[in-house]
Amino acid sequence: MDSPTVIAPGEAGAPPHHGHVEHHFEDASQQKDAATVGMWCFLVTEVMFFGGLFLAYFAYRQAYPAAFASASNNTNLIIGAANTTVLICSSLTMALAVHFAALGKRQLIVLFLALTLLLGATFLGVKAYEYHDKWVRHEVPGYHFDCRTEEGAPCTDAAHTPLFFSLYFGMTGLHATHMIVGVGIILFLIAKARKGAYGPEWYTPVELFGLYWHFVDIVWIFLFPLLYLIDRSAAK
Amino acid sequence: MGEKSFQIFPEAASTIAGHVDALYAYLVLVSAFFSLLIAFCVVYFAVKYRRRGDEIPRPMDEHSIGGMILEIVWSVIPLGLSLVMFAWGASIFFTESRPPADSMEIYVTGKQWMWKIQHNEGAREINELHVPVNRDIRLTLTSEDVIHDFYVPAFRTKTDVLPGRYTTEWFRPTKVGAYHIFCAEYCGTKHSGMIGTVYVMNEADYNAWLAAGSGEGSMAEQGQALFNQLGCGTCHPSEINKLNGRCPNLFGLFGTTVELNDGSKVKADESYIRESVLYPQSKIVAGYDNIMPTFKGLVTEDGLLKVVEYIKSLGPRNGMPSSATSAPAQTSGPQPPAAPTANSRAGNPATPGNR
Amino acid sequence: MITATPTVQVKKSYFNQKQGLASWLLTLDHKRIAILYLLGVTFFFALGGIFAALIRLELATPAGDLVESNTYNKFFTMHGIIMVFLFLIPSIPAVMGNFCIPLMIGAKDVAFPRLNLMSWYIYMIGGCFVITALLMGGVDTGWTFYTPFSSSYSNGYVVATGLGIFIAGFSSILTGLNFIVTIHRMRAPGLTWFRLPLFIWAHYATSMIQILGTPVIAVTLFLLVLERGLHIGFFDPAYGGDPVLFQHMFWFYSHPAVYIMILPSMGVVTEIITTFSSKKPFGYTFIAFSSVAIAVFGFIVWGHHLFVSGQSAYAGMVFSVLSYIVAIPSAIKVFNWTSTMYKGAVRLTTPMLYALGFIGLFTIGGLTGLFLASLGMDVHLTDTYFVIAHFHYVMVGGAIMGFLGGIHYWWPKIFGKMYNENWSKISAIIIFIGFNLTFFPQFILGYMGMPRRYHAYPQEFQVWNVLSSAGASILGIGYLIPFCYLLWSLKYGPDAPPNPWGAATLEWTTQSPPLAENFEVTPVVTQEAYTYTTEEVVHVG
Repeated sequence: MDSPTVIAPGEAGAPPHHGHVEHHFEDASQQKDAATVGMWCFLVTEVMFFGGLFLAYFAYRQAYPAAFASASNNTNLIIGAANTTVLICSSLTMALAVHFAALGKRQLIVLFLALTLLLGATFLGVKAYEYHDKWVRHEVPGYHFDCRTEEGAPCTDAAHTPLFFSLYFGMTGLHATHMIVGVGIILFLIAKARKGAYGPEWYTPVELFGLYWHFVDIVWIFLFPLLYLIDRSAAK
Repeated sequence: MGEKSFQIFPEAASTIAGHVDALYAYLVLVSAFFSLLIAFCVVYFAVKYRRRGDEIPRPMDEHSIGGMILEIVWSVIPLGLSLVMFAWGASIFFTESRPPADSMEIYVTGKQWMWKIQHNEGAREINELHVPVNRDIRLTLTSEDVIHDFYVPAFRTKTDVLPGRYTTEWFRPTKVGAYHIFCAEYCGTKHSGMIGTVYVMNEADYNAWLAAGSGEGSMAEQGQALFNQLGCGTCHPSEINKLNGRCPNLFGLFGTTVELNDGSKVKADESYIRESVLYPQSKIVAGYDNIMPTFKGLVTEDGLLKVVEYIKSLGPRNGMPSSATSAPAQTSGPQPPAAPTANSRAGNPATPGNR
Repeated sequence: MITATPTVQVKKSYFNQKQGLASWLLTLDHKRIAILYLLGVTFFFALGGIFAALIRLELATPAGDLVESNTYNKFFTMHGIIMVFLFLIPSIPAVMGNFCIPLMIGAKDVAFPRLNLMSWYIYMIGGCFVITALLMGGVDTGWTFYTPFSSSYSNGYVVATGLGIFIAGFSSILTGLNFIVTIHRMRAPGLTWFRLPLFIWAHYATSMIQILGTPVIAVTLFLLVLERGLHIGFFDPAYGGDPVLFQHMFWFYSHPAVYIMILPSMGVVTEIITTFSSKKPFGYTFIAFSSVAIAVFGFIVWGHHLFVSGQSAYAGMVFSVLSYIVAIPSAIKVFNWTSTMYKGAVRLTTPMLYALGFIGLFTIGGLTGLFLASLGMDVHLTDTYFVIAHFHYVMVGGAIMGFLGGIHYWWPKIFGKMYNENWSKISAIIIFIGFNLTFFPQFILGYMGMPRRYHAYPQEFQVWNVLSSAGASILGIGYLIPFCYLLWSLKYGPDAPPNPWGAATLEWTTQSPPLAENFEVTPVVTQEAYTYTTEEVVHVG
């Protein structure tokens, strides 16, 4: 019976061939709204997740300032700054990918997603190099740990420097894990974009992934000063 | 220990116990009143307003003013009663956080699964604590392994005992007798076996007990022996006015405020001494270099307490160990201003005759 | 209309519209997922209950003579972990929230059905990790995992258990996320916020806590596992860490967690009391806002677990006063529920018995919380049996009574069958009596000074322990009886009408059990919440 109150799933507002509307939603705009609220809620949980580590960082920096200053001197400022630039650029390319997804320009979507992927992979590669470097210099907490200054002397308050490095690896490691997941999702988005899945009627996955990518970028923008910049000159 | 088989309350054997019991009585009365009130109302309404037949109540108007007044009343009254609970409890807690300045000091080390207790005069006990009645007793506690908790129900007081830190607990026993010590923070296999007894004795009995104590000398004397044995004396002067530019002078250090090389200030309490021995690089005194080696692994927690007692004994602040004036060591929170006492170094000459 | 035929015609519903194991394990229907959760939480409740029985059996005598110390320590640890993380946290939201929220708001499903199913699998996988750790030998740290015992001294399977809880936590986060989006975006036309059933408000507040708090315990356990595995000093002083930092991070989640456990139960109680008084809840707005207030304030009181832990006295003062403030919204609810019955038409059905039991027991539990919020009082009582009695009053006397009340209230809707009202009332009363006998003596034990987590205890504590253990056996019997008559009703119980209770929320306008798609036509809401009319009245069988 086609009474006016019957709303068949997928009818009202469903695009002709893009973006299937799930059966439990009334229309595409409700689906998009729900997905957007969902992604923002998820990002809130991520803030709390990283927040725990930031709390531990602040607690220990306050307790052992000399150790933290000395240990943070051992991070490579040039590499860190370069990596920060790479990541910020990747946010730019991601924003452009979203922009072109909204316009439906298939090749440009693929291009900018690929550039984002490239920049993200570069960041991860540089991070891997940094981790390797720390391993070689005995800065990984554990049995072989031995923190030394440039001149070869032990770091100030060396007994507490493993805390800095534990937090360094914990925080950047968690961040890198999020980036690896992001890189995986970009591959998936590229595959879909090449088939023309995204256009003005439906580009929600690209837009919401963009939110996620920008969030990961913002976390790094907090991590970089805390781990690389603060107290650099104050260290003996 | 009052081994009645049917008991509801533990004995009240300290000055604070009576206050805690009074607060408890208030809490029980308020709780009983509201529990019974609610229970009565629920039962009464369930009976009086039970459904008869098919009728349901006429939809009532949203309880406008009357409803709002009720909501405010039953928010404000509980809030008021609660704030009394808060204030009363906070006042008791503050008393518990401030040991009197002339408390007698006893040191406790907890480890899986026993309590080791050291008296200044040198007496040592395991799982037993002998104290004189009607004296303020202040315990300084630390753990050698995991977190424990030193709980004396009869005194209504407890504190967690942490590894790597000193915590304090004080009480003034009021009744001679024997009371339980319980470990009240789960610490592994024999957590429930980590129990002991506090023996509160009258002054004469206590002194007699003390005199029969260990023949190793007082804690301060044992601490001095360690101090020399570990080589501390080769750098740190411990006599008045001796300075050598390499290591800070320890004479009269305890209880003063020390300025560090980054401009911050810290109080030279038990925790500071301990940290300086184990992690000397964490805090460098202004005007000195970072050259002190660490003694971690070379001295036990018991040994550290002896060294602390020795350093406390250096200088005019030294007196009879059991009546020594010692500043309350606050291991956490903001430091209260050091209360000037009769023996403060602000003006009094050393009184060596007080030993 | 289905015409009656001589042969029994099975009514079409979500239960039988699709058949086969795969249709259940791969379902996207929130109602089926709710039942999958019901199976899971029931299993874990039984397992946690077995450990409780073993604990009470050991504690009937002062000596540690039933099992050795290490084993006993594992009993109370596993009891706590299973009951908190694998039973209480999911229970009402994952079962009744999943089932009822879309129905109550006139939606066809939750916002993210696939995520919903994934949440269930994540929960089961986390549970499997915990069970594996248990079978390998268990863990003996207490459910609070305090360091450095858990990170450096325990011989138990801390890493496996920690990972299990970490994984299960994501189930909680995703469920909360799902509910928030559902409630925000999938309400039927005309269903404004202040027309929502208070059950929805309660779950909305709960979901806020779930998404904000759970990530913190996740990262805390993550750091604990790192420390234990790699000897990195986050929390162990031997490696330069601070054990009190662990306690702060742990309780930052675990205190709001107790509100995750109680708020849904309060939502259930509101529904039940309203329905069986045939009267709209007194102070709807106050109840709604009090749920949100509890969620918000619940995040700033965690330090009341650290009063004797070496936290500063000033911090203690702040946390103490805030802990009193967070108690006020709960008090408001208790008064509002009672007032709802005033001049109502009260029916003492089984769900109502559970709800009224909740009011009494939660009141006692909440009031004893005030004892613990008082600093000077807490110094004596913390880490004793008083605390155990307090939280069992709110968690068992409160949360579980609400859970059982909800099960009995929505059973006709979920399964389409009515259960035997006599047996259900008898078991409610047995549970009430057994519960009080088990836990009231523990208040006395606590003030007398008996510490918690004690395998053996001094002689003078025995009388009360024996009473408590006796009560526990009665409580256990009380919990077993519903299992029997509820299962029996599935096969032999009379069919349930759409609205056996005369309730006024949307789920009761559908058939029992509902169709897979919930509503043939999306309802349009034009009335305020809880509008009772004489047409709603149905004779209860």
